[in-house]
Amino acid sequence: MDRHLIIEHIPRLRRYARALVGDRYIADDLVQDTLERAWNKFYLWRPGSDLRAWLFTIMHNVFVNQARRRRYEIEQAMDELPAVAVRATQGEQLELQDVDRVLRTLSVEQREVVLLVAVEQLTYEQVSRALDIPIGTVMSRLSRARERMRHLLGGQAVMPLKVVK
Amino acid sequence: MKPVGEAELHTHVDGGLSEGAKAEMEAWLRAHPEDAERLRAYAEQNALLRSLYDPVLDEPVPAALLAVRPRVWRRYAVAAAIFALGIGLGWLIRGQFVTSQTVPVSLARQAATAHAVYAPEVRHPVEVTASEEGHLVGWLSKRLGTTLKAPKLAPLGYELVGGRLLSGPQGPVAHFMYQDPRGQRLTLYVSRQRGEPRDTAFRFSQEDRVSVFYWVDGNFGYALSGEMRKDQLLQVAEVVYKQLNP
Repeated sequence: MDRHLIIEHIPRLRRYARALVGDRYIADDLVQDTLERAWNKFYLWRPGSDLRAWLFTIMHNVFVNQARRRRYEIEQAMDELPAVAVRATQGEQLELQDVDRVLRTLSVEQREVVLLVAVEQLTYEQVSRALDIPIGTVMSRLSRARERMRHLLGGQAVMPLKVVK
Repeated sequence: MKPVGEAELHTHVDGGLSEGAKAEMEAWLRAHPEDAERLRAYAEQNALLRSLYDPVLDEPVPAALLAVRPRVWRRYAVAAAIFALGIGLGWLIRGQFVTSQTVPVSLARQAATAHAVYAPEVRHPVEVTASEEGHLVGWLSKRLGTTLKAPKLAPLGYELVGGRLLSGPQGPVAHFMYQDPRGQRLTLYVSRQRGEPRDTAFRFSQEDRVSVFYWVDGNFGYALSGEMRKDQLLQVAEVVYKQLNP
């Protein structure tokens, strides 16, 4: 088995984990658990299929299991943040910290989708497979997440959501 | 103009529309400025999130993550530990008849196995951390029935991470872990030796990727392990030896 196949994906797994949980050390723990699981299940990976998407699937499962077992304190703290607009004015350069803060106010489900699409640039199809949810759910989470972020960053009213088929 | 759906709007932001659909979408957006404004905001979110997290790609990957190996490998490590235990016991029995000069060989192997098992740990490398060094040293001293010292290796760049109690073929083992700023780890394995007190010379053993310097001093065996070259480890081993035998 070729270690390098997995090792070359570590920087991207770290990027996603960092964006997902925020804290550097918790994120690297998540990456470590993901790598251990990936090694043990490597025989299940079909050569030629998308290894990166497969690794994101494993990370998602590890993350969900961990969150279920011992709810990340960070999550709870963030989920309790009131949904107030970060900025009231528009037109200025948005601050990166504001974006990060707003990202933390999203539910974990929405955050996963938005990060896999925006940062990891997976297709909706790949996100649907990685998270094991129907594509319609991917689209509705993405739509809600983006509207919420737009509202909080721009101080605008959240649009009524359209039903996505 | 055919109305566009929410899904198409997002697909457009994420660059997934075909050329034909893209032209239609652009026409739609010209006629619907509020949708155009919304998509501009989404595209900006994408760009901001990337500039926020792309820098992680350029960070050096922590050594502990590169050291993650298949657990099968760990099973080998456990098997090796049991094997070493067998050998250790074998030598003990043998020691009844022959001088037990060879016992330290299994000391090196046990130490290397313990190093291979614990050094890659990110979350639980030690049982008691260096912040409670006094408690750690007191506890391990009590269990080993001697007065232990955790060598000070900071001048060489290695800070104490902490330690744990292990079970060795000859009873309790004290295991101290050190780490340098790059995450390179060293472990010191201290175990009680059976039989007559004696001293041995400094010895070296290469156990797979782990280098080990070990010696017996009185009733105790010491082994310093690290995944590094012999000459690098020797520098540290000499300092450890001097501090333990002032």
